[in-house]
Amino acid sequence: MNGKNSIPELIVSQTLGFFAVFVGLLFPLATLTILIYESIPALEKSGILHFLTGRVWDPVSEVFGALPAIVGTLLVTLISSMIALPVSVGIAVFISELCPERFKPFFSTAVELLGAIPSIIYGMWGLFVIAPLMADHVEPFLQNTFGKLPLIGVLFEGAPTGIDALTSGFVLSIMIIPFMSAIVKDAFEMTPPLLKEAGYGLGATKWEVVRNVVIPFALPGIIGGVILSVGRALGETMAVAFLTGNVHAIPKSLLEPLTTITVAIANEFTEADSDIYLSSLFLLALILFLMSFGLLMTAKFLILERIGKRWTPRGI
Amino acid sequence: MDTAGNLIKTVRVRKIKSYVMLSIATVTAIYGVLWLLWILLDVFFNGFKSLSFSLFINDPAPPGVEGGGLRHAFVGHFIITSLATIMGIPIGIGAGIYFAEYGRHSTFVKFLRNITDVMVSFPSIVIGTLVYAVMVKPVGHFMGISGSVALALLMIPVVAITTDEILKLVPNSLREAGYALGARRWQVIKDISLSAARRGILTGVILGIARITGETAPLLFTAFNNNYLTLDPTQPMASLTVTIFQYAMGPYEVWHGQAWASALILTFGTLMFFILAKFVIRRK
Repeated sequence: MNGKNSIPELIVSQTLGFFAVFVGLLFPLATLTILIYESIPALEKSGILHFLTGRVWDPVSEVFGALPAIVGTLLVTLISSMIALPVSVGIAVFISELCPERFKPFFSTAVELLGAIPSIIYGMWGLFVIAPLMADHVEPFLQNTFGKLPLIGVLFEGAPTGIDALTSGFVLSIMIIPFMSAIVKDAFEMTPPLLKEAGYGLGATKWEVVRNVVIPFALPGIIGGVILSVGRALGETMAVAFLTGNVHAIPKSLLEPLTTITVAIANEFTEADSDIYLSSLFLLALILFLMSFGLLMTAKFLILERIGKRWTPRGI
Repeated sequence: MDTAGNLIKTVRVRKIKSYVMLSIATVTAIYGVLWLLWILLDVFFNGFKSLSFSLFINDPAPPGVEGGGLRHAFVGHFIITSLATIMGIPIGIGAGIYFAEYGRHSTFVKFLRNITDVMVSFPSIVIGTLVYAVMVKPVGHFMGISGSVALALLMIPVVAITTDEILKLVPNSLREAGYALGARRWQVIKDISLSAARRGILTGVILGIARITGETAPLLFTAFNNNYLTLDPTQPMASLTVTIFQYAMGPYEVWHGQAWASALILTFGTLMFFILAKFVIRRK
């Protein structure tokens, strides 16, 4: 009659336990091991330092340097985050503080739907709609406005083709806005009403309450949301696959084509004709794995864990 | 008198500042909605132009020949996604149940759960390379089933986390009532926890399917592509998303039109799943 050791009990707990260990441990661990194993030839040939700092990616003569892809990945991610961050905070402020109760579901759902659109649709739409728009109107305008200025003028040099860092980062920003704003909004809504009311009680305006109470309180959540979105943006493939041009060169301005790790893998994996080429692409995948896993773990453990515990009312 | 005037002035300045900043927030919200509308309208109008019945029932025609369709991609997409769902759902739900029911007080299980949470946002293309190394390389050719495995791996963390979150909402007193009646743990899970949370778990399943329906990157070098209809999952198999990628990058106007039409079907299919999930969770 020992309930803990009955046969169905054992079967159920062991099976479920195996599934849990599989998804939480075996799966990421196996990914890491296999990626390392597959990239050994490339590591032996190029050497990790050489691979990371090499600027030339020439499969024909079997020279593989990942620096352009890594820089491209970081650049596109940086552009998209810089656009997405203020917009996401704004959306979160609007939905959690301003929006009349009646329209709240509408705006929340709209932003969530934006996040549910498959990434390939963003990519295709970016290619057919945004890229021509950028090439014909936005980028010439930027060149005329900022191109003559010292320092930042350099950023807008080159022929405006629409297939470049700026367009990629921009389309990617639209894609991560829903994700980022959802987390920021959740962090905002965790602010205890008591704190906000105390702010209003002191005669603060709505903006002052947001600025001095809600945002400081939600700061860990905002930072966590940003890191999480950056982690997601790093690994995004299809939204940028159409728009970077897949040129292995470090762009000198925002208007030059580039490549990212994901785009290089997506475009070249099936065409890799030599083992060392394929292995180098596996090494790229490994770098991406480590970058995004590291970022996501940081977000998860350092910041999101803390937010719930930060402020608990006492003595009330 | 002077101080009172100053006070009124500062209050006015603060109020104006408040209005300005809040207006900016409103503008950003409108900005977000604007993109959604723009994308949806573009997809709708461009897709509708090329949408025809033959898209669903014909195989692709050579460029220049009228009346080609994408039957192979629709069928392939359905097969790949279904197989992925069949593989992914039980493992995902199982892991989720373990996190919520067995792992409440175990640090190790909490650790597993946190890693799973990270895997939800994991780059899908890396999973594609993983499955390529494990399944495609040893066999020697691309297979539809390997695409399903990649998608299943992508789906499992999503389903596991949602299941876990939902099961945590089931009040403990219900479980204790079950134990008090002499039920065993697996009986409590089956008849109390799962039965109380089934609607929420269904939501997780639908969200998981919605997540994988629109995925392209893991399919590029697992299921690959195929220009002909195949029902055999051990052969390379076309999918809607990879076909959109190929056709949108291609040089022909007809291809672009068909890509838009497929994009229309795909977008509204995904959004339907999404709205269905919301609907299921709302209806109490």
